[in-house]
Amino acid sequence: MTARAVAVGNEQRDSAAFEVERLRACFPILERDVHGHRLVYLDNAASAQRPNVVIDAVSDCYRTYYANAHRGVHALSEQSTDAYEAARAKVARFIGAPDSHEVVFTRGTTESLNLVAQSYGRPQLEPGDEVLLTEMEHHSNIVPWQLVCEQTGARVRAAPITDDGELDLDAFAGMLNERTRVVALAHVSNALGTVNDIPAVVELTRARSDAAVVVDGAQAVPHMAVDVAALGCDFYAFSGHKMYGPGGIGVLWGRHELLAAMPPYHGGGAMITRVTFERSGYMAPPQRFEAGTPAIAPAIGLGVAVEFLESTGLDRIERHEQELLSHTMEVLNDLPWVRVPGHASKAGSARAAVVSLVIDGAHPHDVATILDEQGIAIRAGHHCAQPLMDRLGVPATVRASFGLYNTHDEVDSLVSGLHEVRRIFG
Amino acid sequence: MSDLRDLYQQVILDHYRAPRNFGGLKPNSCCAEGYNPLCGDQVKVCVRADGDRIDGIRFDGVGCAISTASASLMTEAVRGLERSEAEALLASFLALMTGDGDNGVPLGKLEVLSGVKDYPVRIKCATLPWHALRAALEGGDTETVTTE
Ligand SMILES: Cc1ncc(COP(=O)(O)O)c(C=O)c1O
Repeated sequence: MTARAVAVGNEQRDSAAFEVERLRACFPILERDVHGHRLVYLDNAASAQRPNVVIDAVSDCYRTYYANAHRGVHALSEQSTDAYEAARAKVARFIGAPDSHEVVFTRGTTESLNLVAQSYGRPQLEPGDEVLLTEMEHHSNIVPWQLVCEQTGARVRAAPITDDGELDLDAFAGMLNERTRVVALAHVSNALGTVNDIPAVVELTRARSDAAVVVDGAQAVPHMAVDVAALGCDFYAFSGHKMYGPGGIGVLWGRHELLAAMPPYHGGGAMITRVTFERSGYMAPPQRFEAGTPAIAPAIGLGVAVEFLESTGLDRIERHEQELLSHTMEVLNDLPWVRVPGHASKAGSARAAVVSLVIDGAHPHDVATILDEQGIAIRAGHHCAQPLMDRLGVPATVRASFGLYNTHDEVDSLVSGLHEVRRIFG
Repeated sequence: MSDLRDLYQQVILDHYRAPRNFGGLKPNSCCAEGYNPLCGDQVKVCVRADGDRIDGIRFDGVGCAISTASASLMTEAVRGLERSEAEALLASFLALMTGDGDNGVPLGKLEVLSGVKDYPVRIKCATLPWHALRAALEGGDTETVTTE
């Protein structure tokens, strides 16, 4: 096929189910050039880009009605408070939370997970208790648990994954016992794209322990419809910046009865009922966990990002990204010098559009430099998942992660970029 | 504009594919490890001195083309030098990478790495083995230096 025929074919593929060009036009940054090439942004798992509606919502807040929330009786404060709380309600609806009081705004997934570890984990963990993780966790779902285990004498265990990069559910079940107090795992692996079967994990956990199930949803929320009630977990954490929203804002969803029984995470203003030097009374959730002035404009921007995802349609986004993933796997399969460690070969395995690859004879860091020179942004490294890299037996990988605005032409650009790597290093 | 051909010169690719003085670290030597937490590159440098003269130097580890070639070229350049000469060469190499002028010590073959300075995020790859060398010369024994 000629390059032109391929391009026309790609155009049809992109537009068949999804008007990708119309969506791309919503993201101003996608128009920029990098090193003389049109930007091909394939680092969405690290951070996605923002559409105009989100940028405008944040800027509109600062330009026209910003003031501190929950603090003043004046008009601006009331308007900011309303917009901030409306964003909370949008997020709650978006993830199927039964009650918006179960949605706590945080700085991001990392803070959400630390909050659970300290406010839920620390008061009840005892020496000999266990926190069960998996081998595919991001450092932010490992280190907070190590910290709380050091504080309490509990211990961290990690359920193994298979060579196909999937959680070994039998082994996981075998590691659950009456000492397991917390099960914490990713909904979607940031390095492999593996989608974990959360309802199955919840069922196994409930049958064998009293553990709370904490789900790191950072990589799931941008790519698929998430319903926390249907998942059956106890806590769910995610970040705004990975779901086309602003940076500096994230969410912890928790079951009301659990949140209501938890002590505060940080102390300060906005989370207390009355303070004397003898003692302070704490507000009910979510305010109890939002000490200090929150990230008001970013929260409002996150609410708009949620609406953007809803109006685009997560089912359509998922279908489009799955097509990009199959296209990528198809072409990579034809390149004998590319390996995709931890990518299930068997049918029926659920993957988000994240591909970690290694190239014979070329280190990921060098691959990243050569791709960058062609305007292609990917990530090279351990992806904050060093235990997973150890498990896969690689020091690092090259990771391409797709978003709703990526195209089949960009898959082809990636592949020709990899050929350039091969030309230099071959 | 920077050009990939300046970065990935044949000499660099050659030292990456077939690193010199690699592995087989001698027991009675001073070693230090360099670690780049950003990309996970790891290099261990061991030096053996006969009085003031460095009569043996080897390295081991996993790294990208730039850090591996830099380590390999470094071992060739440093072997046989007096300690003070090695330290001067080290200063000169770091100056080349940071564009901090010229301290008059000729770099010879190490000049092939000069293209790296046009790729700021890669400078740490090139300097990693040199930081490990410095730690090893200072007595080291597997302390880890990081590039951060
Ligand atoms: C799976 C996963 N968990 C947690 C995080 C941490 O998110 P953040 O850095 O936004 O707190 C990330 C992203 O870096 C991630 O991919």
